[in-house]
Amino acid sequence: MAYNSDNDIAGQYSVSFPQGFDYGPEEGEGDPAGGAQDQKPKILVMGLRRSGKTSIQKVVFHKVSPNETLFLESTNKIVKEDVTNCQFFVYHVWDLPAHLDYFDSTFDPELIFGGCGALIFVIDSQDDYMDALSKLHFVVTRVYKMNPKIKFEVFIHKVDGLSDDHKIDAQRDINQRATEDLADAGLDNVHLSFYLTSIYDHSIFEAFSKVVQKLIPQLPTLENLLDIFISNSGIEKAFLFDVVSKIYIATDSSPVDMQSYELCCDMIDVVLDVSSIYGGFDSEPPVYEPRHNRISPLSFDSDSDSDDGEIIPERVNPADSNQRLAVIKLNNGTVMYLREVTKQNCWRLSVY
Amino acid sequence: MKKKVLLMGKSGSGKTSMRSIIFANYIARDTRRLGATIDVEHSHVRFLGNLVLNLWDCGGQEAFMENYFASQRDNIFRNVEVLIYVFDVESRELEKDMHYYQSCLEAILQNSPQAKVFCLVHKMDLVQDDQRELIIQEREDDLKRLSKPLDCTCFATSIWDETLYKAWSSIVYQLIPNVKQLETTLAHFTDIIDADEVLLFEKATFLVISHCERKPHKDVHRFEKISNIIKQFKLSCSKLAAAFQSMEVRNTNFAAFIDVFTPNTYVMVVVSDPAIPSAATLINIKNARKHFEKLEKVDGGHPALTS
Repeated sequence: MAYNSDNDIAGQYSVSFPQGFDYGPEEGEGDPAGGAQDQKPKILVMGLRRSGKTSIQKVVFHKVSPNETLFLESTNKIVKEDVTNCQFFVYHVWDLPAHLDYFDSTFDPELIFGGCGALIFVIDSQDDYMDALSKLHFVVTRVYKMNPKIKFEVFIHKVDGLSDDHKIDAQRDINQRATEDLADAGLDNVHLSFYLTSIYDHSIFEAFSKVVQKLIPQLPTLENLLDIFISNSGIEKAFLFDVVSKIYIATDSSPVDMQSYELCCDMIDVVLDVSSIYGGFDSEPPVYEPRHNRISPLSFDSDSDSDDGEIIPERVNPADSNQRLAVIKLNNGTVMYLREVTKQNCWRLSVY
Repeated sequence: MKKKVLLMGKSGSGKTSMRSIIFANYIARDTRRLGATIDVEHSHVRFLGNLVLNLWDCGGQEAFMENYFASQRDNIFRNVEVLIYVFDVESRELEKDMHYYQSCLEAILQNSPQAKVFCLVHKMDLVQDDQRELIIQEREDDLKRLSKPLDCTCFATSIWDETLYKAWSSIVYQLIPNVKQLETTLAHFTDIIDADEVLLFEKATFLVISHCERKPHKDVHRFEKISNIIKQFKLSCSKLAAAFQSMEVRNTNFAAFIDVFTPNTYVMVVVSDPAIPSAATLINIKNARKHFEKLEKVDGGHPALTS
């Protein structure tokens, strides 16, 4: 039943895609759109106070301009905030005041870490990071015991203030110390990934994209589809974007050029901004949330085999999504093409 | 055709920053690198092809200011078309600011009584959201009162949002020679192509120089928002050594087109009738080009008369 409506929407794309779907995308598409909410990978963010967790969240998920985050108040209690408007993952931010023990029973760590796909630990690179490293070690050792499958991602954050040499030094130093600490504790097999990030450029989006991609089970399928797509259409590079967060869920197998990724992000900004001015209620970013909510009952539907009636609201305007597209041309012959694929994310293609 | 524009205000109020953003493609963050302006910095900005804005960015330190009013008085205040006076909203020395402003007006009244006066209450981002309206209202009343017998137009501005574009758009509007003719033609064009709205942007600055609205729109700040959005995007393109050329955005409710228009302008057309295909609008834009180019040429034939 979930497929019913998916097909319906997909049918609208027959301009660019054969209706036949030889490569059987129904599972691939049905899952992310209709998959039960609790199957979405969870991402948990931790880090010391003032390391930039709230700022990251504001910039990536709430479109706040980086300058405005200067005024953010410090989050001084344990805050659990969920960002659920992305189709592919749930994002929890969990602030870590230094003096509390989160692993005591009141917080039910099993529940929190058990279903978690990735843990992002934010380290302020402009600060003395020794405290952060010991915290990281503390968290990793405990969480690993509870959930050995969890991916540990370390964001070495606020690198905009560092020179290029300094950045590399910091990354090497943090990497070495953290890994040695773990080795000393006998956890050689725990893998930490490190990213240099800043909210003032696109590195934070890039890092998030990498983190999210590791958690998407359909990634190989999506990549394969994009490969087929570009090889048949003369398009140079295709990204599958979550437009809300500008995270790319997948791309074809050719290497990602940072600059063109940045330009795509900027294009998404332009398109969303222009549509929010002239598009009326239809394309303002907040709209994504109610839409998402409409998807969730659908997933229950398909699980419990109830009747078709529930799906109808989902079909309200399939034609509308078909028409949501944008094209930007540059004078060097680049054409960027953005179009809505499912309710939530967009393809962006650039042709040279 | 040269037009002299005076940019004044006390030191550190943000004159050079705003000039750099509007005319020199700075992004707001980069203006931190700018140092204090020493004496007067002249710059010539070509605007709309044959209009040249002769910007006098007058350093605002007190020693310079005194000098402007005394020994350089004639030199500075003669033949001024537009005076832009910038106030730092956070300034603690309001009295002094006002005193200098009045001295300035006095000199203008003597030397260029025809000049248009704009007051920008700048750095509004430092004021809390809910206070902004109140403060600007208060300042505007004060300034209008103090400016008599001259008339002044006030704007609340900040380099961090689109308000700066709003102010500068209104300022340059005063300087465009055949702006009425341009507007009539634009209105005609809008009618013919059945568009909701057409905006005309100056190419280098992306300031809105003319617009025509056929269907009322609730957002009164949209022009400067678009200027700001596209200007940012142009800057991102320039990182890849490419230039922005055209854009189309559409959904069920609307289609918006931005395209190169004449050699000095970009046009934006907003259409809400879904029955009009993109190609039709694009051809209409293409066909209108020559008419608007002609307008610009006419405008270029005049400088001999005015200079």
